Amino acid sequence: MHIMEGFLPVQHAIGWSVASSPFVAYGLHSINKRFREQPEQRMLLGVAAAFTFVLSALKLPSVTGSCSHPTGTGLGAILFGPTAMAPIGAVVLMFQAILLAHGGLTTLGANIFSMAIVGPFAAAAIYRLARTARLPFGFSIFLAASLADLLTYITTSAQLALAFPDPSGGFAASFAKFAGVFAFTQIPLAISEGLLTVVVMNSLVRFNARELQQMKVTTAQELKA
Amino acid sequence: MKKYQNLLLLMAVLALVALPLWIVKKPAPGPDGSQAGIFAGADDKARDMVGSIAPGYKPWAKPLMEPPSGEIGSLLFALQAALGAGFIGYYLGVSTTRAKMRRELDKEARC
Repeated sequence: MHIMEGFLPVQHAIGWSVASSPFVAYGLHSINKRFREQPEQRMLLGVAAAFTFVLSALKLPSVTGSCSHPTGTGLGAILFGPTAMAPIGAVVLMFQAILLAHGGLTTLGANIFSMAIVGPFAAAAIYRLARTARLPFGFSIFLAASLADLLTYITTSAQLALAFPDPSGGFAASFAKFAGVFAFTQIPLAISEGLLTVVVMNSLVRFNARELQQMKVTTAQELKA
Repeated sequence: MKKYQNLLLLMAVLALVALPLWIVKKPAPGPDGSQAGIFAGADDKARDMVGSIAPGYKPWAKPLMEPPSGEIGSLLFALQAALGAGFIGYYLGVSTTRAKMRRELDKEARC
């Protein structure tokens, strides 16, 4: 989902940076506030960040014959709410943009928007919806994490289609082309991300039950079960 | 079943990663004998797609630094994954030990 350095026209690059920055700023504010009130949650936020670090470094093969990587933002969004993931995703994307020439500084705003804003908000919303619909805990986590992953790549396709509409078919035709590259490749990877998120969450539920209950991720009855 | 859930999930992930390697066949070399690539990055494919939709577009910025070779690139990616995995492993280690000690304390209190 990394749009490469210089591959968005200037207005788009500025526009996405302007759109992303309030989320990153508010996310930093909310993380600081949380640390002041509950300093013991520092470590768990570190785990959420580490999970994003690992998953976004893993370029996995897909059935379409190309490689892509998961995003790992679903876990943190479910644990800490979507706003916390904007600065964390920004750090990961910056690391990759500066050291790895993967993504770029001019496209950082757009990449933050897809991976660190749309993905986490989708994950948090889908998790809440699934829980309200009384779906089982593990399945809700799976749905939230995998759909967030997929939506991140759909957002990237839309961003590229907006910047480069097809000369004859316009936005829709161009979106179909970019989604053909990103979204189909991403389907098996999104499933993998969903499953891995459930694995980590299972371990957290087992060994850090108190914290999760405090953070309202799980309910008291579930932990007894 | 619950006991083996994580193991089963990890095996499913492994299968999802391994299957494409097995199913997808390398495309035949082009007419000029050039080797067609397989499992290239989707990001690179999207870049080529930009080139085909807007042939006149010139990227207006270049990466500040590029890893001098593919090896250095994979070194940095491995470092990124190792840092993350190391931290998760440390935290899970701390958590399991703490949970175990809590259980033992409870046991002693009951005796």
